[in-house]
Amino acid sequence: MATSQLLSLEGVSKEFPGVKALDNVRFDLNAGEVHAIVGENGAGKSTLMKILSGIYKKDTGVITYRGEHVNVSSPHEAQSLGISIIHQELNLMPHLTVAQNIFIGREPRRKAGVFLNNSKLIKDAQSLLDELNILLDPRELVGEMTIARQQMVEIAKAVSYRGEVIIMDEPTSSLTPTETEALFKIINNLKSKGKGIIYISHRLEELDVISDRITVIRDGQYVQTMNTKETSIPEVISLMVGRKVDQDQRPDSRELSNDVILKVEGISTKKLLRDVSFELRKGEILGFAGLMGAGRTELARALIGADSKTSGKVWLKGKEISIKSPHDAVQSGIGYLSEDRKRFGLLLIQDITFNVIMASIPKYVNKFGIFKKGPAAGITRDFIAQLRIRTPSEKQFVKNLSGGNQQKVVIAKWLARDCDILIFDEPTRGIDVGAKDEIYKLLTRLASEGKSIIMISSELPEVLRMSDRIAVMCEGRLTGIIENKDADQNVIMQYATKFRD
Amino acid sequence: MSTKVKDTTGEEQSGSKFMNLVRREIGQVFAIAGLVIIFAFFSIMKPVFYSWANVSNGILMSTTVTGLLAIGITFVIITGGIDLSIGTGTTLCAILVAHYVVGWHLPLWSGFIIGMTFGALIGALNGAMIAYLKLPPFIATLATMKAAQGLALIISHLAPIRFDTVKGWESIAQGNLIGSLPNGVLILFGAAIIAWFVLNRTVVGRYTFAIGSNGEATKLSGVKVERWLILIYALCGLFVGLAAVVLTARLGAAEPDLGLGYELEAIAAVIIGGTSLLGGKGTISGTIIGALIMAVLTNGLRILQVQQEWQYVVVGIVIVIAVFGDNVRRRRAGEIS
Repeated sequence: MATSQLLSLEGVSKEFPGVKALDNVRFDLNAGEVHAIVGENGAGKSTLMKILSGIYKKDTGVITYRGEHVNVSSPHEAQSLGISIIHQELNLMPHLTVAQNIFIGREPRRKAGVFLNNSKLIKDAQSLLDELNILLDPRELVGEMTIARQQMVEIAKAVSYRGEVIIMDEPTSSLTPTETEALFKIINNLKSKGKGIIYISHRLEELDVISDRITVIRDGQYVQTMNTKETSIPEVISLMVGRKVDQDQRPDSRELSNDVILKVEGISTKKLLRDVSFELRKGEILGFAGLMGAGRTELARALIGADSKTSGKVWLKGKEISIKSPHDAVQSGIGYLSEDRKRFGLLLIQDITFNVIMASIPKYVNKFGIFKKGPAAGITRDFIAQLRIRTPSEKQFVKNLSGGNQQKVVIAKWLARDCDILIFDEPTRGIDVGAKDEIYKLLTRLASEGKSIIMISSELPEVLRMSDRIAVMCEGRLTGIIENKDADQNVIMQYATKFRD
Repeated sequence: MSTKVKDTTGEEQSGSKFMNLVRREIGQVFAIAGLVIIFAFFSIMKPVFYSWANVSNGILMSTTVTGLLAIGITFVIITGGIDLSIGTGTTLCAILVAHYVVGWHLPLWSGFIIGMTFGALIGALNGAMIAYLKLPPFIATLATMKAAQGLALIISHLAPIRFDTVKGWESIAQGNLIGSLPNGVLILFGAAIIAWFVLNRTVVGRYTFAIGSNGEATKLSGVKVERWLILIYALCGLFVGLAAVVLTARLGAAEPDLGLGYELEAIAAVIIGGTSLLGGKGTISGTIIGALIMAVLTNGLRILQVQQEWQYVVVGIVIVIAVFGDNVRRRRAGEIS
C-alpha cells in the first residue's frame, strides 16, 4: 500500500497543574498502517490519545488530518472527523444487543421518526460485521459475551462512524492468545481497507506481530520512531526506560531450605480446579505460570478461603489447618495480594496508615477497644522508609499514589500482620518498568528474609526471573513443577497447553 | 518511578496548625457558616427567634429525636448502607417501652434499657439480613420498616399509651439538670460525644470506615465483615431506642402512628452534614450541624409564619444546595472527578 499520510501531530504540549504531561511531541500515521505508541506508565501515552480524541485540549501544537489543520475540541468532533478511540475499559451497555450498541444514538427510525426500525438496525449491523469479517450475532446481548467479543463490538462501532483513524488502548490486556489472534486478523483486515490504527500496548512481543512502526515516548517527550522490522524488544525497552534492561535475567542461585511451610493436597472447586497439590518451602519464591483462565487466581482464592472448595487439605508447618474464610487464612499468616489492587486490596479513599494496619487493627487497640494512633502511624512510617514508598507523609490518601507505591502499601499491610506466606497475584500488573524492578528486588529480599512467596504471573520473563521453582497450570490442573534451571519459555508453554486441543 | 515522583499532596501544606485544620475540615467549616448565616437571617427578621426560650425549647428540643436517629444512621451510611427502619423502629421501641414500663410498673431507668435493647435487636436483625442473607440494605430495612410499623399498631391496639402513672417520665426530656438546658438536649449532646468517640477512636469506628471504603478488601484483610456489620446496625439501633425514650418523654405518651418519616429527616441531616451516601466518609459533628440546620430552618420559617407546605419546599431546596455545594467544593479540591 502506498503511504499516504492520514494524520500528523507536531509540537504538541500539554501541561497540568505542576506536571508537564506532554512536551513538544510529534507523531504521524499513514493510511493502512498500525503505528504503536509505547512508553512507561505516566510517559504521556494516554494524554496524547485523549488530546487526539478530543477529551483534553492541547496547549500548543498542530494537528493535521488528511492535509488540513484541525482542532479536535470535543469527543463528538473527533468522531465526526473520523477518529475513534477504543478504551481499555469498554464503554458498552451490557443490557443492549450488539446492534443496539453499535448504533446507539443513531438508531434507524420509521417514517414518523418516533418508532424504531428494528429490522433495519439488525440488517445494518449484520452488513457492517460481515464487511469486517466479525462473526457475531447482532441480536446477542453484549453483557453475555466475553470481553474479546465485546471488544469486537467496539471495533465495529468505531468503524460504523466511518472512522479513518482507530485508536486502541491496550486491546489485548484481557484476551487469551487465541482471542488475540482473532483480534489481529480483524486489525489486518482494517489495515487492508486503508484505515490507520494507533496501537497502545504494554505487551511488547505483540508489536513484532501487529505493528508497522513504533514510536517511543518517555517522560512526556518524543524519543524515536522506528520501523518494527528494524528494531528489537530490548532496544524498545531501553528507549522506554532510558537505560538497558536485561530481559533474560534469572535469580541468583541460592541455598534453599528444605522446610516445607505449606503443603496443599487435592484442592478442587466446583467450577475449575481439579486436584491441585503442591508444597511451598521456607524462603522460596514459587512461581505460578499458565495461560489466562488456567485457574491460578482461582487457586489462590480457594486457598485463602475467599471462594469455597469442594475438597482439599492444607498443612501449615506440618499441622493440618482448616481455612474457611479469609479470616482463617490471615490468622494462619497467609496474605493474598490480588491482581486487582484497587478492588480487592486497598481502601483508596483512606490514608496510608489506615491501609497498612488494615489486617492488624486488633494490634493497635487497647483492652477497651480504643485505637492507638501513635503506634499505628509509627509502624507505617517505618514501612514507608523500609519499602521506600514515595509519599510526603503517612497521611497521604492511597488513591494519590502511583501503582508501584500502592503495591508497596499492600505489601506493607501483610508485613505489618507478620504474614509468613505471601501470595502475589500479578505483582507488577499496571506498574511501569522502573518500579517493577523495585518490586522484584523487594520480593527477593522478602524471600531471603525467610518469607515464602507464591507468585502468580502471566509474564514469562517475570516468572523465569523471579521463581526458584515454577508451577504450571492448565485448565484447572497443575501440569508440572519445574526447577528454574530446567525451565525456559518453551518448556513452560508446553506444560501450560498440556490439556489444550 | 526512578526519575520522578508523581504523588500529589492533599495535606501537609504550609501554614499554622489552625489553618491546616480549617483546610482539612473545610466542608464542615462551610456547613457551620451556613448554619450561622441562616440563624442570623432569622434573628434579624424576628428578634424573638434568638431568645433563649426559642433556642432551647424551639430549636434544640426539636432536634433531639431526629438528631439521635441521625447520629445512629451516620454509622450505617459510612459503611455504604442505609437504614430505612429507624423511623418506625422508633415507634415500635416507644410502644414497647410504654407497654412494659407503664404496664408492669417498672422504674424510670428501665425504660432506657428496654428501649435500647429492642432498638439494638431490630438493628441486629437488619444487619443479619444484610450480612448473611445478602439482601441490599435498602430492601432489608424497608421490610423491617413495614414490619415495625405493623407491630407497633398491633401491640398498642392502635391507641396511644400514656405515661401518666410513671412519675417524672417527662423530665427525661423536659427537666433541667443543668441550668435551663432541657435534659433531652443534654442527652443528644452526650450521645453525640460518645458516638464521636466510638467512630473516631475505637476499633468499631475503624471497621465502619473500612467496610464503607472497600468491603471486599476489608474481608480479604481477614476482617469478619459480616459480624461487624451486624454490630454496626445494632449500634444504630441503640440510638433508635434512645430516641424512642426521648420522644415519649417529650410527648408524655407513646403514639403508635408517630415515627414514619423520621428516617428521611435523619438521612437529610446526615447528607447536609457532608457524609457521603457512597460510604467511607462522614463525621458525627457534620451530622449534628445538619440536624441543627434542619431544625433552625423549620423553626425560623414557622416564626415567620410561612405555611407548613412551603417549609417542606424550602427544606428540599436546602438539601439540593448543600449537597451540590459540597460536590462543587470536592471537585475543585480534586476529591472527586
